[in-house]
Amino acid sequence: MRILVVEDDPGVAAYVLKVLAEAGHVGDHAADGRTGLVMAASADYDALVVDRMLPGPDGLTIVRTLRASDDRTPVLFLSALGAVDDRVKGLKAGGDDYLVKPFAAAELLARLEALARRAAGADVAETALRVADLEMDLLARRVTRGTRPIDLQPREFRLLECLMRNAGSVVTRTMLLENVWDYHFDPQTNVIDVHISRLRRKVDRDFEKPLIHTIRGAGYVIRDDGTPA
Amino acid sequence: MSFATTARLLKSATFRLALIYMVLFGASGAALLGFLWQATVGALTEQTDEIILAEIKGLEEQYERRGVAGVAEIVAGRARRDPGGRTVYLLADPQGRRLVGNLGAWPASEPDRDGWMTFELINRDSPDGSLYPARARLFALQGGLRLLVGRDVRELERTRSMIRNAMIWGSGIAIVLSLAGGVAMSRSAARRIETINQTSREIMSGDLSRRIPVRGSGDDFDQLAGNLNDMLDRMQALMEGLRHVSDDIAHDLRTPLARLRGRIEELDDESLPPGDRRRLAREAAAEADGLIAMFNALLRITQIEAGGRGETFGPVDLAAVVRDVAELYEPLAQEKNLAFRVDAAEAGRIDGDRDLLFQAVANLVDNAIKYTPAGGSIGVATAEKEVAVWDSGPGIPEGSREAVFKRFHRLETSRNTPGSGLGLSLVRAVAQQHGGRVELSGSGQGLRVTLSVG
Repeated sequence: MRILVVEDDPGVAAYVLKVLAEAGHVGDHAADGRTGLVMAASADYDALVVDRMLPGPDGLTIVRTLRASDDRTPVLFLSALGAVDDRVKGLKAGGDDYLVKPFAAAELLARLEALARRAAGADVAETALRVADLEMDLLARRVTRGTRPIDLQPREFRLLECLMRNAGSVVTRTMLLENVWDYHFDPQTNVIDVHISRLRRKVDRDFEKPLIHTIRGAGYVIRDDGTPA
Repeated sequence: MSFATTARLLKSATFRLALIYMVLFGASGAALLGFLWQATVGALTEQTDEIILAEIKGLEEQYERRGVAGVAEIVAGRARRDPGGRTVYLLADPQGRRLVGNLGAWPASEPDRDGWMTFELINRDSPDGSLYPARARLFALQGGLRLLVGRDVRELERTRSMIRNAMIWGSGIAIVLSLAGGVAMSRSAARRIETINQTSREIMSGDLSRRIPVRGSGDDFDQLAGNLNDMLDRMQALMEGLRHVSDDIAHDLRTPLARLRGRIEELDDESLPPGDRRRLAREAAAEADGLIAMFNALLRITQIEAGGRGETFGPVDLAAVVRDVAELYEPLAQEKNLAFRVDAAEAGRIDGDRDLLFQAVANLVDNAIKYTPAGGSIGVATAEKEVAVWDSGPGIPEGSREAVFKRFHRLETSRNTPGSGLGLSLVRAVAQQHGGRVELSGSGQGLRVTLSVG
């Protein structure tokens, strides 16, 4: 993916660019809002990472300007401002996601990939999702692995759906909370993990190949272990 | 009252207000007096004039019927009957010499446009020869003869000056009284304002515990004082909270920070095998994450406590939130073999922050699961604008029920279980932001936490 990072702090910018490079993405850097706008307008990026506090026009203004000129590139806000109101403001300005500093590299990557994927719109028209021999019929709300039907509770279905829509990419716990439970909060304990183990028991246990994997310090991913991450 | 205080008083807003009222009162008073003057003196004057006119009319008729001779006869007759001069008559020739009448000579003063004259008479009968005023009307006859008919207005003049004097004295007294009243009123108001100012100065110079005295009369000043006091209470609570936080932070963040530093120091060893290095790095990252989470939670609590209803407030279905929490935590409860009972029927729609409420209830359920030994039971129940989370665990001793809400507080018995000790303080902050509160109850076995909102 090609990502533009608009961040004035050199330390944070260097870190983000390194993380992107290590994950195999191409990262460009703009150190202030104006340069960021020019670069975003003149090239095609898969996603933008924008810091809210920038010299000159701030992050919110940049994104508003982009949206006003019909630019639909997904935007991930980075900010030290983490109050609930700030998050709402960021999303209202046209941002697609909001990450509070300090953040884990895995979280940043997972969210960027999810954003780019959503923007590509590939899965909107899909009626079925597939990973290896696991198949999910979105219309009939049915899951089968191989020939065997798998009986899932509605929430388990949504959990599996979220993983499968991001097949091959890491989905963090916070992302799962947001997408499957529709709440934004920090769980104190491993409450998500237990849901995943239940799902695993239904989807993976009786089969030869495990599809749901735990990525330490990051989250979960569903993939056929022959496929690269 | 000293000079300085008087000077300050005269400049005060309350005195100016009193002054304005005085001026308005004075203006309306003057209007009233004017009206009274017209109604009394004016009416009397008119009355006198009318009497004179009536006389003249009568004489006019005589003149028309019987000519000068007739008039002279009547005048002579009337003058004879009224030597004292209550009514004055004078028929004079063109040179002003008296022909008939009870007036000695033609008066010196000039008539006005309508023929009215005022002049002074000497009463021959009075011993001291005093002058008294008269008012008369001129009537011209043929041949240059002039007829004067008038009246002694001595009584009228007396009445007039009596009323004038009364009005002057009365106005004077009214001005003095209203001035005194204005000063007294503004003093009273100024004193109460000064109390507020004085208390404010004391507070600003450092004594945050001072409060403005409330008189108990329930009037505007009392309400102002009451509201200011409430404001001060809140400020004081916030400042104390802030102080607590810094104390707590210093104390409870030191240990994880020390551990973090320890790991990093260990990492700084060239001879370390890669497996160890990776382990240490992960442990260091985990400590850092724990610190970050604690820091965020602290910030969150402070923000919630300081803030009011923010942009994120909207209609929330409380029962739905509770059901979602229950559903999220159910597997965790099941893992520990806890019976999880959910009674989440309607709890009403409230105006609030959905995520915060979710977090609060989640914290409570998380606690219930954490502190209830395996095989026990926990549950959530909703009532109108209320959520209760109960468990069959060891509960919280009554003595600690207030302390557990403090940030970082951990009961002695649970020092070793994972957790930051911030859960309950967040719950209380959320409750307060929604205009509600948290209550702990439970006798003997188990704890029941009731969160009420709105």
